[in-house]
Amino acid sequence: MFEFSSRLKTISYVLILIGAISVGFSFLAGGGHDEEHGEHATEMNDAHAEGEHGDADAHSGHHDTYAAAHHGHSDMPETSDFSYHKTASRATPENNHFYSSPEHHDEEHIHHQMENKPWSNLLVNSFWALALGLGALFFMAVQYAAQVGWSVVLLRILEAMSGFIWIPGLIILVIILTGWFHIGGNHVYHWMAEGIMNPESEIYDPIIAGKEGYLNGPFFTLRALVYLVGWVGAAMMFRKMSLLNDQAGVDYNRNWVKMRNLGAGFLVFFAVTSSTSAWDWVMSIDTHWFSTLFGWYVFATMFVSALTALMMIILYLKSKGYLEEVNKSHIQDVAKFMFAFSIFWTYLWFSQFMLIWYSNIPEEVTYYMARFGEYKGLFFTMLVMNFLFPILVLMSRDSKRNHGFIFAAGIVILFGHWLDIFIMIMPGTVGSNWSLGLVQIGTMLGFVGLFMLAVFRNLSKAPLMPKNHPMYVESTHFHQ
Amino acid sequence: MATTNQTIINALFDDDDVLLSSVKQVREKGLEIQEVYTPFPVHGLDKAMGLKETRIAIAAFLYGALGLTTAISMTYGMMIVDWPMNIGGKPSFSWGENMPAFVPIMFELTVFFAAHLMVWTFFFRNKIYPGAKAQNPDPRTTDDKFLMEVIAGGDHSDEEILALLKDSGAIEVSVNTAEHA
Repeated sequence: MFEFSSRLKTISYVLILIGAISVGFSFLAGGGHDEEHGEHATEMNDAHAEGEHGDADAHSGHHDTYAAAHHGHSDMPETSDFSYHKTASRATPENNHFYSSPEHHDEEHIHHQMENKPWSNLLVNSFWALALGLGALFFMAVQYAAQVGWSVVLLRILEAMSGFIWIPGLIILVIILTGWFHIGGNHVYHWMAEGIMNPESEIYDPIIAGKEGYLNGPFFTLRALVYLVGWVGAAMMFRKMSLLNDQAGVDYNRNWVKMRNLGAGFLVFFAVTSSTSAWDWVMSIDTHWFSTLFGWYVFATMFVSALTALMMIILYLKSKGYLEEVNKSHIQDVAKFMFAFSIFWTYLWFSQFMLIWYSNIPEEVTYYMARFGEYKGLFFTMLVMNFLFPILVLMSRDSKRNHGFIFAAGIVILFGHWLDIFIMIMPGTVGSNWSLGLVQIGTMLGFVGLFMLAVFRNLSKAPLMPKNHPMYVESTHFHQ
Repeated sequence: MATTNQTIINALFDDDDVLLSSVKQVREKGLEIQEVYTPFPVHGLDKAMGLKETRIAIAAFLYGALGLTTAISMTYGMMIVDWPMNIGGKPSFSWGENMPAFVPIMFELTVFFAAHLMVWTFFFRNKIYPGAKAQNPDPRTTDDKFLMEVIAGGDHSDEEILALLKDSGAIEVSVNTAEHA
């Protein structure tokens, strides 16, 4: 049995306190940065003025009018400098009709962005935390559905991790409901704005109005409830059936077959809901924009983060002398998963990016223009952390068996995917008014604290090894 | 291996577990095993025989790096220097700015070089390249039997070794004085 040491408990509570203070501070400080707000407003106006040339250029896409447009704007130099074309392109958000509805430039909008900051921060962190639990639940369902042998010694950790889902799930639900009822200045989901789907309204947006059938308060909330009930329910059922196996006189083999059916059923449910939840909670922030593989891309982030978190927990437990049954081959295999799914993430990330970059269609490319603009530094840091670093550090067999190496890689991957989620959400909610400082890191630490508290509490409630699992003996003999 | 006049003792087994324990016993006696022929990969045999870890991973990395370099120079030479191309309406004519378009080529050639050169490295290192002469001393090892080749010599007489192999579970033992390629 794992004993939740009081030292670890204290660390979790301190982290949660840091998180609570960070969230509290962010809400109190709220949209209060008046000077900053003014500054940004001027910047935005400048950008708009510059954008006029771009507009002219955009309208003259045909060859016959192209030259005329150039003569009309003698201040536009003949240049092959790509960066110049980039700024003059209709692809810049300011010049783009799809991106910039009129209200995007006025003071109220910037005020909304400032008010959004604490909410977006909360959404980024709760979604990241949800990913840790949900990815583990998915991985566990795969183990049961495929009746996997090697991973049985890890199942209890996966159970403990999936028992955490409800906490970030509830927070996301709060974000959704406050957004729907316009409480506390939550404008994270732009399509929830009052009157945006009403043709009479000043801020009417026909594109968003066209999505009303899917993006409306009641259906959106209902979907969120269905996802959460499905996920949390599956996690609880797995846990219950697994604990049942600890008792004597149970038909373990029959139970195992039942769990396989549960796993297979959950995977079908998850295949749909992992995509739709990503569309709902993340993609609908950039309401005009859509990407068909967005759900899988988010899933890749989710899965690799969860595998890394699993590895960190294994390393911690091993360092405390638990999990004797977990040998070097198990560790290497989980590290292989971290390595492989870092590449999988890159593959999906790049598949989405390259098609949009290549075709250069305005309504698609705005998504990346925003991310290559104010978020450029973060964007490339994120790529290095999530792709280059894991691929180089975890490539060799020896490094996959070295606890120090894996731990270092794990920290980078976890934070890299936190940044990835940050970059998915922030450009659409706070635009250029983003900040990444003590508040954001503090909130992340708070969620780490919550995660630790929940996972280690769950772990301490049951033996670490499901000894009656039919594949248990096979798993303890696992070697390569 | 060069032609030798070593005496080789062959031992045939019909069970992989027996083979594995026999390999361990033979090595404990300080005898050297030249080769073991099996109809399928036997788990743990490489460790029992004391084989060195494969270095194919290092070779794979180098081949991959070679493929990546080839792809980069190829796309640069073809698409930027020799015949500049307007890629997706982005006529920047520099490799860096057009890099995303080349990533599939870079990826594919990395994989292509790593995979193909690894296969050929494996073939030549194990002397199973096309046209290589079969070295299998007993064709039954391609069906359901296992064969261990022990190099005779040292402190043990041939008879001792034969007896040891018999005791450890071999179903057939023989002294093979034929020249080995």
